Amino acid sequence: MDFDPVILARIQFAFTVSFHIIFPSFTIGLAAWIATLEGMWLWTKNDRYHLLARFWTKVFAVSFAMGVVSGIVLSYQFGTNWSRYSEVVGNVVGPLIGYEVLTAFFLEATFLGLMLFGWNRVPPWLHFVACLAVAIGTTMSAFWILSANSWMQFPAGHEVRDGIAYPVDWLQIIFNPTFPTRFGHMLTGAYITTAFVIFATGARWWLAGKAVDQAETAVRMSLGLLVVLVPLQGFLGDASGLSTLQHQPVKVAAMEAHWGGEGETEGPMPWVLFAWPNEAEERNDYQITIPFVGSLILTHTLDGTIKGLKDFPEEDRPPVVIPFFSFRVMIGLWGVMLLTVVYGAVQWRRGRLFAEGRYLRFVAMTWPIGFVAVLAGWFTTEVGRQPWVATGILRTVDAISPVAAGAVLTTLVLFVLVYGIVFSAGIYYINRLLAKGPQAARGDVDDGATALRPLSAAHDAGRKAIQAGE
Amino acid sequence: MDVDGSLWFDYYLPLIWALLIGTAIVLYVVLDGFDLGVGILFPWTRHEADRDQMMNSVAPFWDGNETWLILGGGGLWVAFPKAYAVIMPAVYLPVMFMLLALVFRGVAFEFRFVSKPNHHWWDIAFAAGSTVAAFFQGVILGAVVYGVTVANGQFAGGPFDWLHPFALMCGFGLVAGYGLLGAGWLMMRVEGPLYGKARQWAVPLLGALIVFIVAVSIWTPLAIPGIAERWFTTPEIYWLWPVPLLTALFAWTAIRGVYAGRGLQTFASSVALFLLCFAGLAISVFPYLVPPTITIWEAAAAPESQLFLLLGAAPMVPIILMYTGFVYWTFRGKLKPGEGYH
Ligand code: HDD
Ligand code: HEM
Ligand code: HEM
Repeated sequence: MDFDPVILARIQFAFTVSFHIIFPSFTIGLAAWIATLEGMWLWTKNDRYHLLARFWTKVFAVSFAMGVVSGIVLSYQFGTNWSRYSEVVGNVVGPLIGYEVLTAFFLEATFLGLMLFGWNRVPPWLHFVACLAVAIGTTMSAFWILSANSWMQFPAGHEVRDGIAYPVDWLQIIFNPTFPTRFGHMLTGAYITTAFVIFATGARWWLAGKAVDQAETAVRMSLGLLVVLVPLQGFLGDASGLSTLQHQPVKVAAMEAHWGGEGETEGPMPWVLFAWPNEAEERNDYQITIPFVGSLILTHTLDGTIKGLKDFPEEDRPPVVIPFFSFRVMIGLWGVMLLTVVYGAVQWRRGRLFAEGRYLRFVAMTWPIGFVAVLAGWFTTEVGRQPWVATGILRTVDAISPVAAGAVLTTLVLFVLVYGIVFSAGIYYINRLLAKGPQAARGDVDDGATALRPLSAAHDAGRKAIQAGE
Repeated sequence: MDVDGSLWFDYYLPLIWALLIGTAIVLYVVLDGFDLGVGILFPWTRHEADRDQMMNSVAPFWDGNETWLILGGGGLWVAFPKAYAVIMPAVYLPVMFMLLALVFRGVAFEFRFVSKPNHHWWDIAFAAGSTVAAFFQGVILGAVVYGVTVANGQFAGGPFDWLHPFALMCGFGLVAGYGLLGAGWLMMRVEGPLYGKARQWAVPLLGALIVFIVAVSIWTPLAIPGIAERWFTTPEIYWLWPVPLLTALFAWTAIRGVYAGRGLQTFASSVALFLLCFAGLAISVFPYLVPPTITIWEAAAAPESQLFLLLGAAPMVPIILMYTGFVYWTFRGKLKPGEGYH
């Protein structure tokens, strides 16, 4: 059988990078969360924060290891699978990745040792510094890789000679036009992802009656953060969309399955709630639309319109189905997040956050929501960039290595097998750690303390009632 | 080559970068070498306590050590994109096998600990992953030194070009060498029965490494004419003769170190042997980055790109070395038995 090496290489890259991004979206936030907990422990001397920090460090260790090994694979794939890409944009993208290694990877990888094993070797303040270094490292890593990716989306500050990109202005390259919104949107996405895991885990412990004091701390801290971040993400996403409309209009046309063309270029634009984009006939099947909303979202007016797919030559259009649906998955999940945290915030204001088992049971199930939204976002961004690897400079079909399709297929199968094993084991172990809860680290110090406080005794009885099934 | 004016950069920047990447690769080989080595030695003991100690002796460092591999590969891309774009497809399968092996051994550090007491499979993943990764690193090195088929500046060979006896021998050689570094490391870092075992393991490994060094020294000049010319003609021969002499010297101090049970001497002598092998290879292939066709100047990135990253590397590499040193210093001394994970 004959396989197309380009398709195989794309599947392989999409698979490995999608696997990879799962871990950064969790570890970027978790590193910051652990540093915060440790800072609060040093500040307040309250042991509850210390226990939480130690507990989450274990979960962090397992996730970080998976993030590191899958990231190393990616960094080599630029050469093994995309050697023409390495050559054509290497002068520009290469140094950005180089700076990522020098300012981010070394920092996080080296101080990780202190963070995981240094509890008894260094004083608490130094351990806190190590946690901070890891947190800063993960953020720097996101900074550089997103700068590289944003440059590929909308190249700037370079010139092309003999088909090879050369740098002209490094500041323009690093802070290219689509970078600021993308960086903000991704970083916020990572924090939201982590906060939902912590929120869900806190609810899970609380319902199981484990480490109740710490569970309540976790729920309050994460909900407090989410109340700010989820609405913020809506604004950042909107800004991202406007930036994309300006710099990659054809991507937005694909995301909205907006075909445009004759007779459709004028007047208010509806928003496509659902459709099956039919690329062969250049139209949507089974379309359900909401009038005016498209104009409102995309142009912030009631009758503005944007270019449609038909306004671009066919060879420059991305696939439509994937960006269209993944964009809707991201937006839909944002809606679910918003409802969840707004409801939680209202209950909290009314002092009833821990009075309703149903709500907490729902929250306990929301841990994957951020991961799915992040993946959906990346699929929109990356598939929407097609057919280019670096917009206007290099097409994906021209970016590939001279490697036999059989070799790519073999390694693709191996990646699926190996990642399947590693991922299942990792999820299993993380779930087991979460199920055990923080008291597994050291006896549950705080449960003893709860009984001493008169208010919490009553509150405890309420919790038991809820656990028993309301 | 004209070394005036703007050409100064064109000439010296690639040299500086070749030196920097060489340094990164040497640091990688020495640092990750000992922790891969500890993994290679894992199956040689069945005692749970030994294995715990072995793993704990490297657990705080492995991730930092492996980052030098990213710098080596990433640096090659940044500074010499044309070489990177030829070498990586040429050794496609060995690179992928190495990466997959590193995946298994990397996660094994954490998984083995959290899955106790049912960690049998992660013991295997750790040992096999370390060994396979080391083996394929040797294969990659051997395959590149032996030569890569290039046409029109692109790799033009087949997927199994790397599969020849020389590359395989380099693979076995590197496994033995890393094993020796691991044994030396354990002799420095642990006490009790494991210390004695590490000393015993070092003996056959050192023997194998010496045999390997001799074999490569004979094989490469015989098989590759350019290398024979480099080593056995005047005037090069006048300043190259210390290389074999020093190699013999450090082989001797390594043997003494093992027999006297001195960990530091064994480890340092093994490192010196590695450095000499590396210097020997560099002398053999210089100035080619992709022997026998692409030199470091032909493969170089745009000078403005090389310069831009160099401006960052100049302060960052010393800072990295400093905090890496600090972390090693924090975990100095003998590992106390029972000094546990996390
Ligand atoms: C700095 C570079 C970079 C970064 C940060 C990302 N990607 Fe990417 N992505 C590429 C560089 C790239 C690439 C090398 O340029 C690919 C390979 C083929 C292609 O067209 O672009 C690609 C393709 C690609 C594809 C396949 C698209 C297709 O071929 O139709 C998917 C689904 C993703 N990526 C997903 C992701 C995810 C989940 C990321 C989150 C981390 C991500 N990308 C970040
Ligand atoms: C497709 C391009 C990518 C490549 C080539 C890449 C490469 C790498 C490499 C080599 C590592 C291991 C570093 C170590 O040893 O510590 C790593 C880890 C990491 N990467 Fe990526 N990465 C990519 C995408 C991303 C994106 C888009 C982000 C964030 C937004 C990101 C964030 C991180 C973080 C935070 C880590 C630390 C490990 C972890 O948290 O799990 N990476 N990456
Ligand atoms: C109202 C809500 C949201 C809007 C309007 C929105 C909008 C967008 C747009 C337009 C893009 C594509 C940018 C481009 O390709 O140039 C994008 C990408 C992305 N979105 Fe969202 N988004 C929203 C919610 C979320 C949420 C809740 C998450 C995750 C928690 C998320 C994570 C991402 C990620 C990771 C990307 C890819 C990186 C990037 O291109 O910025 N988004 N989003």
